[in-house]
Amino acid sequence: MTLFLEQCLNGLQLGLLLFLLAAGLTLVFGIMDLVNLAHGSLYMVGAYLAAWFAKRFDSFFIGLAAALPVALLLGIVLEVLVIRRLYGRDHLVHVLATFGLILFFNEAVRLVWGAAGLTLALPEFLGTWVQVIPGVPYPVYRVAIIVVGLLVAAFLYFLVQHTRVGMLIRAGAADREMVGALGVNIRLLYTLVFGVGACLAALAGVMAAPILTVQIGMGETILILAFVVIVIGGIGSVRGAFVAAIIVGVLDTLGRAFLPGALKQTFGAAAASTAAPAISAMFIYLLMAAFLIVRPEGLFPAAGGRK
Amino acid sequence: MSTRLQFALGAGLLIALAAIPPVASLAGIPFLLTLFTRIVIVAIASVSLNLILGYGGMYSLGHAVYIGIGGYTVGILAFHGVHSGLVQWPLALAVSALFALVTGALCLRTRGVYFIMITLAFAQMVYFLTVGVAKYGGDDGLTIARRSSFGGLVNLADRTTFYYVSLAFLLAAVLVVWRISRSHFGMVVRGACANDRRMQALGFPTYRYRLAAYVIAGTMGGLAGALLANQTDFVNPEMLSWTRSGDLMIMVILGGSGSVIGPVAGTVAYMVLEEVLSGITEHWQIILGPLVVLMALVRQGGIVGWLSPKRHA
Amino acid sequence: MIRTLLSAATAAALLSLPAHAQQKIKIGFVNTFSGPNASIGNDERDGFELALDHLGRKMAGKEVEVIYEDDQMKPEVGKQVSEKLLQSHKVDFMTGYNWSNVLLASLKPVVDAQTFLVSGNAGPSQIAGELCSPWFFSASWQNDQTPMALGEVLNRRGVKKLFVLAPNYAAGKDMVQGMKRTYKGEIVGEEYTRWPGQLDFSAELSKVRNAKPDAVFVFYPGAAGSQFFLQYGQAGLRGQIPLYSVYTTDSITLPLIKEIALGSLSTQSWVQDLDNPVNKRFVADFRKKYGRYPSYYAAQHYDAAMLINSAVVAVKGDMTKKDAMRAAMRKADFPNTRGKLRFNNNHFPIQNFYLQEVAKDAQGNLTMKTLEKVLTDHKDLYASKCTMKW
Repeated sequence: MTLFLEQCLNGLQLGLLLFLLAAGLTLVFGIMDLVNLAHGSLYMVGAYLAAWFAKRFDSFFIGLAAALPVALLLGIVLEVLVIRRLYGRDHLVHVLATFGLILFFNEAVRLVWGAAGLTLALPEFLGTWVQVIPGVPYPVYRVAIIVVGLLVAAFLYFLVQHTRVGMLIRAGAADREMVGALGVNIRLLYTLVFGVGACLAALAGVMAAPILTVQIGMGETILILAFVVIVIGGIGSVRGAFVAAIIVGVLDTLGRAFLPGALKQTFGAAAASTAAPAISAMFIYLLMAAFLIVRPEGLFPAAGGRK
Repeated sequence: MSTRLQFALGAGLLIALAAIPPVASLAGIPFLLTLFTRIVIVAIASVSLNLILGYGGMYSLGHAVYIGIGGYTVGILAFHGVHSGLVQWPLALAVSALFALVTGALCLRTRGVYFIMITLAFAQMVYFLTVGVAKYGGDDGLTIARRSSFGGLVNLADRTTFYYVSLAFLLAAVLVVWRISRSHFGMVVRGACANDRRMQALGFPTYRYRLAAYVIAGTMGGLAGALLANQTDFVNPEMLSWTRSGDLMIMVILGGSGSVIGPVAGTVAYMVLEEVLSGITEHWQIILGPLVVLMALVRQGGIVGWLSPKRHA
Repeated sequence: MIRTLLSAATAAALLSLPAHAQQKIKIGFVNTFSGPNASIGNDERDGFELALDHLGRKMAGKEVEVIYEDDQMKPEVGKQVSEKLLQSHKVDFMTGYNWSNVLLASLKPVVDAQTFLVSGNAGPSQIAGELCSPWFFSASWQNDQTPMALGEVLNRRGVKKLFVLAPNYAAGKDMVQGMKRTYKGEIVGEEYTRWPGQLDFSAELSKVRNAKPDAVFVFYPGAAGSQFFLQYGQAGLRGQIPLYSVYTTDSITLPLIKEIALGSLSTQSWVQDLDNPVNKRFVADFRKKYGRYPSYYAAQHYDAAMLINSAVVAVKGDMTKKDAMRAAMRKADFPNTRGKLRFNNNHFPIQNFYLQEVAKDAQGNLTMKTLEKVLTDHKDLYASKCTMKW
């Protein structure tokens, strides 16, 4: 029983890590109708920046604090130079342009920081473990991921539902021209939203760095998972992304935890040891396919009748 | 883009491609033939993807799965000692078609980005299957000891013959897509892309039409896979990874989706560019990346679009 | 068009001249120089380059030209660049090859072109066994040997209950099979994780803790290794359950894993502190030139260059004498970072395997130290399946 609870906690933690990345992606997608494959690159750059600053100033928190504004700035520059020109165009053009950005960022990071990758060292108190469930030591840093994930969720909920900016965001997503006609600087708004998205991606990168290390191409593997999350949740819905991220995180973890044992009992050890990881690897895609077949618009279809 | 210009571009490309083997041997650069055999085969896959992506608005991010299925069918049969191309190839096409039929029936319930993701999902499932099945090499892949044999008819082990066989299939694929795009069937598929509701209101069972197009594209992808397996004498999971599907998508868009010859031009341009740039510097992606971005920003319609003097629409 | 054709023909005519009366020794080097695992390829290139420096960049008095090609870690690309090197550059030797799948895809065109391939790292069982070839030599090891040594270590250290973790792909299973061949205790858990792209190991680590084994055995090459070690440490398992590994801790991953790796044990056929003059010079000069410790990848590629040199010297630079070159390489008479080697009938080395520990050197840098010799003159198990006799 404690093992089951522990695995659920593991799943929750993985889910919230995914949510951090998916939140920015779904925000940008929902509001600007932009498919941003380079979101994973921003995640990578955020991790690199944090690792680099942290090493330079010998502090995890300075690394975190310095990486986020730089990522915000990078997001804004990127929006002005490239992304701005993509609004209102076909999704295929988005795919082409942001794919080009991935190539560029991967190679640029290699030129700046080398091919070997970096690590982001944790301060001592985050590197230990506590007993969340009695008798089971659990890494403090994983608890920190859960806390940060919940805080970001709360912040986004507040931002979108209860602020003037949030109102504009919602209105802008529903009808861009109308908001513009009412005298709101929609251009600036979009730039800011993209910057916030970049910032969220960087935050996800920083949070992931101490457990996953900082590597070139780290964005691509996890980007697919983030896309799975926002598609299950319903594109553009932060709430959907939150629920879907936790579903994906928990089910994926429980699958890895208990599937091999279950298969062993039914098919024998040899078959199970091969089949279980293959099935659990496919599992997340099976889940997404199943969701899309049953609910082609995701769990929480964004309001406003986007096509 | 005007039909005449497309025809001129197509004919020019074809002549240039047909001239590769003599040029390679005259110039003493046999590698040119190796490179272009690969380009021609990948172009078949691009052309087939374009049928659904360009004409049908079905943005598939899982098209490489058909290359994998076609390739693995040939590889697995060869592994079990079946070397006859007359068995291998039809079976490769049939398995691809069946996979396209089953998954297509499910995928076509969704649209837009959801379609992108569900095609990706099915491709990833097959990918992890190939990684996991140890009997057929898993991640190490499967070496094909002998190329498909067609009795005394053609000898695929001969590099020049193999090249022209691939080129003939490419030509056939282009013609098939060209015929379809101008047929009644093609009109319905294109119409469903532009406005599905209206087409349905007009009484067309668009779902079936689109599914048929999807199956044809998948089958042609399987053909590219069977060819590629023979060219590399090897199959492995990397053939159907999602980045490969992404590459195919990029090549189609780069060349000009929705024009018959565009994907061929895009494939040639992308793969030659990759080869040339990677010869110049190890950091070639830092040049290619912004170049791709620029191509996306400058003008729509890809290479074919830039070549047309004026766009109508 | 005609002009380009003409100039291409002229260029080709110019190029083909030296191809016939080649003045240079040409070596094609295929490895991964882009993407997440580029650091391994770079280390291997550095090792190879250092060997060339030591040789004065000449073999048998002839200048050496190395053409580096990136396989992008993709088998098809590896095959394509191999063909390019063979067809366009007409290389005399092929070397590099870090990954089994790239090597397996590239072997056929190289063998068909009757060119020698000296693998600097990959050693899949197929090539040691039924696919063995007179044109193939390994400067490394066969996959199974290193984990077999580790299984022996586990027996000697009295590990009764073992938990096994490896990625779910061919090499991952090979490693576990290899270890099981020699390990005699009980395996209380055996998990194969997603490959590629498993990010989070918390589910598996919870199982490890729950199973209460005496030790854990893992194989996680490259980036996955540092992820695993970090998470193992953060979960509080380090210090409680000893961690044994193969091909996971090396001078490339250690700067990422850092102190968490201290004390972890693994086996290898080469360790940086092996006491022989060739190795001492190699390690000292490598550190001087590149400012870091070499990895076993670099050492093997140093040896690969020396093996190639021994063949070229034996025929005095006459690259047409293939049989004499093969005979020379079979003697394994070349300065070697592992001391003395012999080749088995399948052209894989017969060599020692050592137990090594992650430790700090005098300056506080993390590196590996030899603890003991585990296997002496060890032969791989697949040689009997190889029909080649000499």
